[in-house]
Amino acid sequence: MGKYILKRILYLFITLLIIITATFFLMKRLPGTPFDSERFSQMPPQQQKQLLEKYGLDQPVSVQYLKYLNNLIHGDLGVSFFYTGRTVKDVIFGRIWPSVLIGLQAVLLGLAVGLTLGIIAAWKHNSGIDYFTMILAVLGVSVPNFVVAALLQYYVGLKWGILPVAFWGTWAHSVLPSIALSFGATAMFARFIRTEMLDVLEQDYIITARAKGLNQFQVLMAHAVRNSIIPVVTILGPIVVNLLTGSLAVESIFSVPGIGSLFVESIKSNDYATIMGLTIFYSAFYILVVMIVDILYSVIDPRIRIQGNKDE
Amino acid sequence: MENYRDLPLELFEKAEVNLDEKEHIAKPSLTAFQDGWIRLKKNKAAVVSLFILILIFLFAVFGPIFSSYDYAKTDYHHTFQLPSREHIFGTDQFGRDQFARIWYGTRISLLIAFAAACLDIFVGVTYGAVSALAGGKVDAVMQRIIEILVGIPSLIIIILLMMVMPAGIGTIIIAMSITGWVNMARLVRAQILKLKSQEFVLAARILGTNSRKIILKHLIPNTMGVIVINTMFTIPSAIFTEAFLSFIGIGLSEPRASLGVLINNGYQVLHNFPHLLIYPAIVIVLIMVCFSILGDGLRDALDPRMRK
Amino acid sequence: MGKILQVENLHVEIKTELGRIQAVRGVSFDLDKKETVAIVGESGSGKTITVKSVMQLLPSTGSITEGSVRLEGKELTTLSEKEMLKIRGSDISMIFQDPMTSLNPTMTVGNQIVEVLKNHRKDLSRDEMKRRAIEIIDLVGISNPETRFKQYPHQLSGGMRQRIIIAIALACDPKVLIADEPTTALDVTIQAQILDLMKELQEKINTSIIIITHNLGVVANIADRVYVMYGGKIVENGSVEDIFYHPQHPYTKGLLAAVPKLHEKTDKLFTILGTPPDLTDPPKGCPFAARCLYTLKVCRQYPPAFTPFENHHESACWLHDPRAKRMISEVRNAG
Repeated sequence: MGKYILKRILYLFITLLIIITATFFLMKRLPGTPFDSERFSQMPPQQQKQLLEKYGLDQPVSVQYLKYLNNLIHGDLGVSFFYTGRTVKDVIFGRIWPSVLIGLQAVLLGLAVGLTLGIIAAWKHNSGIDYFTMILAVLGVSVPNFVVAALLQYYVGLKWGILPVAFWGTWAHSVLPSIALSFGATAMFARFIRTEMLDVLEQDYIITARAKGLNQFQVLMAHAVRNSIIPVVTILGPIVVNLLTGSLAVESIFSVPGIGSLFVESIKSNDYATIMGLTIFYSAFYILVVMIVDILYSVIDPRIRIQGNKDE
Repeated sequence: MENYRDLPLELFEKAEVNLDEKEHIAKPSLTAFQDGWIRLKKNKAAVVSLFILILIFLFAVFGPIFSSYDYAKTDYHHTFQLPSREHIFGTDQFGRDQFARIWYGTRISLLIAFAAACLDIFVGVTYGAVSALAGGKVDAVMQRIIEILVGIPSLIIIILLMMVMPAGIGTIIIAMSITGWVNMARLVRAQILKLKSQEFVLAARILGTNSRKIILKHLIPNTMGVIVINTMFTIPSAIFTEAFLSFIGIGLSEPRASLGVLINNGYQVLHNFPHLLIYPAIVIVLIMVCFSILGDGLRDALDPRMRK
Repeated sequence: MGKILQVENLHVEIKTELGRIQAVRGVSFDLDKKETVAIVGESGSGKTITVKSVMQLLPSTGSITEGSVRLEGKELTTLSEKEMLKIRGSDISMIFQDPMTSLNPTMTVGNQIVEVLKNHRKDLSRDEMKRRAIEIIDLVGISNPETRFKQYPHQLSGGMRQRIIIAIALACDPKVLIADEPTTALDVTIQAQILDLMKELQEKINTSIIIITHNLGVVANIADRVYVMYGGKIVENGSVEDIFYHPQHPYTKGLLAAVPKLHEKTDKLFTILGTPPDLTDPPKGCPFAARCLYTLKVCRQYPPAFTPFENHHESACWLHDPRAKRMISEVRNAG
């Protein structure tokens, strides 16, 4: 077990290194300088040279790379080119809270709604609820999250005026973004647990449970759901991906000051340092989640947790 | 039960016995494909989806030809028109006919998706097959590489690539393929490994079939299913990715159209002219839903365990 | 001795995509106190559906279309589900074939026993239930019951799991225990142990057993009486001795002949040619007519009634009819 964790951590670092390297060299290939090109071109050459020196941009690329890595290890992500004077780290952590809030709410919503629908759909297989859930699941993964967000914003926010259209302030501002973000996750959870449940309901131990005289509800909760819910952990990886990518569009549409919209803005303003920082942040987060999920699964499934000791 | 006292005596004679009948097996045997096709046809949702997709595909190819307008032609006298007989889907802020634009955009989106899928198949199948067939150390190394690549969130790489390479259709295709092949490689490798160890391959070997024949007659047909099904899901994924990229501004750009560009455009003016968002949105949702249902249907149809 | 269980003229139908399967077509049997009855037949003969109907555990596609099931005189087919829940697991219990899949993998075996106690013996406290569960684990012959109580099914071997399943079934001292192929999935040596265990427990708890099997060795080991089923009907029934030493029905004779005997030398193993009938369109006459070597014309058209033999031994076959005997002797005299 310990060996397995070590192996995964090693992979984590290797993968991160590859991402950092790839991103770094890609960024360097971008044309022009990261500075506001108008102002920059109007500066006297002496000042231009000074500016470049200040950010170490006059050095050969490989040297810059090593310097970057070195800074990274010390937790220094560099200075933002767009938000002049502020470090990338500050910028990111200054805007992380809204993303966390919306992300968490979306996951919880997805779990609550998705799992419930999926369980009921499997329990009442081939009924109205089953078809409804299946349609919802297909729509949830097929309708692009930015379309959902746009429509929600237009109808619920603008036309019906129930919830705030955009920006940040009260908790109410987080509702529409969270709902928009949760669509994909809800669909994925519902579909997954429905498939698991349908499989579990065919198993022999379900009929053993019924033969004990347990009623439908007892059989459902103590036996069916119990066995279906453990594998749900395995799709947390794809769910996180769905939420991360979704947050880019959702935050932009609702003008939420989170790191999703920060990423989009940085792309548009060519703020390389921030892009680098966010890329590393996102990647590290994703890889960490996947690793935790894998370890978690082996802990909560008793078949893996406890190695059999089968003497007669 | 009654005793049937009145039955004629002849009935108590021996009956004719047909021994061959006894060994009769009820249903004729079918190949995997025939069986799968029949089962797919029974899945009404999948059939409808296939039909809709073919329809959309035809529109995408021939649609712009039937419209009298060019997708890029502007007409400032007829901006923001609502749907009418002249302009079936209305016009946008530049007076461009949406009907032509939407089908042209669909064509581009589908083109990108299919091209990316083809590259995925080409690279992924080759990599996976080589890895599985070579076995041993080669396989182990190739596996490690895949395990690491899988850990990289692909969308981020795609975004970065898009920023660096010159904008255009080719760029998007390449960017999506660079990260997309990994999944296909994994599936193909898993399938071939599974087949390799199965008994019918062993049987073929015992009977003296040479390796090349084994690969052609046994491995490839059984792997086709996996490849096709996976493609059914990578295509909508590619369409989504392209739309997403265009939406956040780093995909294709004006005057080129793709579904993503159209939706982005529609979003800008959503509060006044929803039709500009809704029509391309409907098209993209239809495509993705239908591929999804078709993919599910195929997966169920080709799964031998579900054979009745 | 009073009859614990009486099943009369049971008809069960199952709806499938291919049509309505007449799975059980007029089956009657009964069970005495402390008796062990075996129901023997091939797959598809209807034996499992029959006993599942007794417990009202049919799938949603199945229904009892005719007949009665009485437990100590009380009619079960008309009970509501709520009332039936009280009977399942406490008055009538059932154990199934595959011990590897019949236990919930995410629940300790101890808790799976406690579960049935919680349902039917609400008079006991949690501690008492736990103690009783450990007692039962010991009763079914598992050592270190306290340790085993906390273990999960995958930590136990196949034979032990089957013992746990028996423990769950017997936890509430049921009047009837139904065992559907309880030893089929086990090694031969373990099979004998499990059967011995069942006999032992039957003595201790005074329970009656219905055992379903296609293995005649199991029948010989444990049963008092035997019912032979084919094509949804009972074709012969009697005591174990009568069935084994004086079989009357061609199908029963075929089953016995198919058992390979060590002391006989043969080149070919005897099999009954053909396959079971399609029950979506059941044969009009005797269900075995298509495969029987002695089929008469009447067999294909009319179902035979039961002909009684000594000692509650019955067989449903037209060959027992005096008219058939006359025809056979006439043919013999002619030829």
